[in-house]
Amino acid sequence: MDALVNFFRPHLLPLVYAVVIVALLPLLAGYIVLLERKIMADMQVRLGPMRVGPHGLLQPIADAVKLLIKEDIIPEGADVLIFWLAPLLSVTAAMLAMAALPFGPAFQIADLNIGLLFILGISSMGIFGIVLGGWASNSHYSLLGALRSAAQLVSYETAAGMAVVSGLLLAGTLSTRRIVELQAQQGVWYAFLAPVGFFVYLVASIAETNRAPFDLPEAESELVAGYMTEYSGFRWALYFLAEYTNMVVVGAIAATLFLGGWLRPFSGTRALDFLDYAPSLLMFLLGGYCFYRVPKQPVRVQGGVLAAVGLLCLALAGVLGAVLIPPLADTKAAVHGGFWFLLKVFLYIYVFMWLRFTFPRYRFDQLMRLGWHFLIPVAIVNVMGIGVALVLHWQWHWGLAPALVVTTVATLLVAAFLARVGERRQKPLVGET
Amino acid sequence: MAEIPTANFPNVETTVLGADEIILNMGPQHPATHGVLRVKLKLDGEKVVGSECIIGYLHRGVEKIAEHRSYQQFAPYVDRMDYVAAVSNGLGYCEAVEKLMGVEAPPRARVIRTILTELQRIASHLLWLGTHALDIGALTPLFYCLREREEILKIFEKYCGARLTTHAFRIGGLQYEAYDELEKDVERFCKDFEQKVNEYEQLLTENRIWVGRTKGIGVISAQDAIDMGATGPIIRASGVKWDIRKAFPYAAYDQYQWEVPTGKNGDTFDRYLVRMEEMRQSRRICLQAIENIPTGPIMARIGKVLKPPPGEVYHSIEAPKGELGYYIVSDGTTQPYRVRIRPPSFINLEAFDKMVRGHLVADVVAIIGTLDIVLGEVDR
Repeated sequence: MDALVNFFRPHLLPLVYAVVIVALLPLLAGYIVLLERKIMADMQVRLGPMRVGPHGLLQPIADAVKLLIKEDIIPEGADVLIFWLAPLLSVTAAMLAMAALPFGPAFQIADLNIGLLFILGISSMGIFGIVLGGWASNSHYSLLGALRSAAQLVSYETAAGMAVVSGLLLAGTLSTRRIVELQAQQGVWYAFLAPVGFFVYLVASIAETNRAPFDLPEAESELVAGYMTEYSGFRWALYFLAEYTNMVVVGAIAATLFLGGWLRPFSGTRALDFLDYAPSLLMFLLGGYCFYRVPKQPVRVQGGVLAAVGLLCLALAGVLGAVLIPPLADTKAAVHGGFWFLLKVFLYIYVFMWLRFTFPRYRFDQLMRLGWHFLIPVAIVNVMGIGVALVLHWQWHWGLAPALVVTTVATLLVAAFLARVGERRQKPLVGET
Repeated sequence: MAEIPTANFPNVETTVLGADEIILNMGPQHPATHGVLRVKLKLDGEKVVGSECIIGYLHRGVEKIAEHRSYQQFAPYVDRMDYVAAVSNGLGYCEAVEKLMGVEAPPRARVIRTILTELQRIASHLLWLGTHALDIGALTPLFYCLREREEILKIFEKYCGARLTTHAFRIGGLQYEAYDELEKDVERFCKDFEQKVNEYEQLLTENRIWVGRTKGIGVISAQDAIDMGATGPIIRASGVKWDIRKAFPYAAYDQYQWEVPTGKNGDTFDRYLVRMEEMRQSRRICLQAIENIPTGPIMARIGKVLKPPPGEVYHSIEAPKGELGYYIVSDGTTQPYRVRIRPPSFINLEAFDKMVRGHLVADVVAIIGTLDIVLGEVDR
């Protein structure tokens, strides 16, 4: 018995974390959807969901219940086993990738020494779910969506991988936790050291998660819903969950690698330590706003729900503030780390949404041209540039900053050249054959 | 059972497939076919090598119904053809019957008709812009467009009580006198609208993705457009300066100063620019028209029972989508002997196959959008 306990003891905490993530992620995804709808409504001069709960706050739950009790349709002629398996594959791959992500100095399921490689590898598996689902549906729309998806993900995976390498060169390790610690030591986020890499990763990650303007695999106006055309009910919800989980994953990778992970902005500067009060203050204001809105709710129940949300915010504010008091200061890093990390992830996702509601959709050939003729070459040149800068730094004792400025400028020149050439080479599609 | 004749397109052959070709059936239930258009596409990969439009899902036999209704009774039916531009349809029909009877609407009625029809043109183009942008993936312009369209619909509602299928005009003039604030409402709308159009253009015209998605897509030459009988913004974007409002002025169009915008390349981008400019010109017409609305009666002196003399008439107007023509044969009774409608959407849709060949699936929706078809009008 003791042997068993001893065996499990080191695995206990990760197990708890894993349960927390698996339990909370669907809820989180649901609320990201709500957030997206609210942001979309804000940009489109309307209100968005307002009916279920105060300001639509219970909408995700209502949606989840609706999806659960919907009729489960498997189209005739579909490959039942694969049709059944595909969404599970997608969602499993997306969730597995969360395992190596550090949500804070204390909250990480496993600090793998090959962390980033594991995340990239596992999240690429998700594409099987899409391709198989598209194929198994026995529908042309699904098939076209799956094919687009396969081509798109493979090409943009390359660009994203190259962009990640640029960050890895600076860190010199694949361990996600170590990457963040190194950024703390060097006192600068890698987004500032490798801006081109960060930009390429931003674009490529939008494409990887099938978000507009790269949402061709599920282009609504063309392919109805792409690979998920034939899916309905809970299976469809699984695909949706996978998509939003993937957004969290790419956001988390970007936050870890380029945006200093769980670190507070200017974490090294003592003079800016007052920023530590920001999380608590923010939650306090949010809670206060909820209470301010309570009497204005049309239905009393809604006011009650809003008050509960306000209390939750205040409780969070209390926790975030309490850890600033000296006796609890040990836990400060853990709690505030989680806050900053999630904030960065959400800001990253916000950029996704912002772009989605601003841009029209690329066409497939334009998407591939952008990937292969621009992003991938730029990413490769950027990796070479950072390599050169590091050689200058280590061998020739240049300062790291001037060396990187020189190579970044060179990379940008190459990018401008590529953009010009690409524009000239762009042949119009034939109108008639 | 008798064999049902099917349309035969020898060059399309959507039934005979090559080894790597598939048939993709778009519609009639599809988010981007603007109603119930069904398009059968022959695809090589994603490239369209053949297409066939299958229509008729919204066929209601409007022309046949006309033969069993009196002239006034049929008027509301035409509102249901192009249901996003009901006012224009009504104007065409009323003017056709007036021509048949040899009466003319009084000047006041004609000016008010012009104002409402031009507002309807703006509303129709706004809806086109919003859905077209939505098809190409830009979600946001739709809501901006609907916001402005709402203002126009409110003016209609104030004028005649209905927003969509308005039945705003009557044969011989107008049923309702203009409400007191009409000029002010139109002026307020027109004042704001200039800025709003600029706002849409800001979102789209310079946008690289938008330009990439529309430039060189669905090109149709001026000659082809003429051969196919295309009208409206389609033919104007190909460089043909053809507008019924200028060629055969009706209502009060001969009193106002405005331009007919034309394009050069006949591609989707030019059609987009032409329609944007048309909205500005319509605004110009409205502003001029409200300056000076003549006083006087709003209804010509016609009997309660309409009995046009035997004969036939063809009258066409420039609807938002192109030339909308009514051919009416009268046998001297209270009901038309035959009504034949020339809907712009139906005839513009002919150009679809020519436009779509060689493009990708994504362009198909862009082309359906740029044709600005309304299936109620195509199928009638």
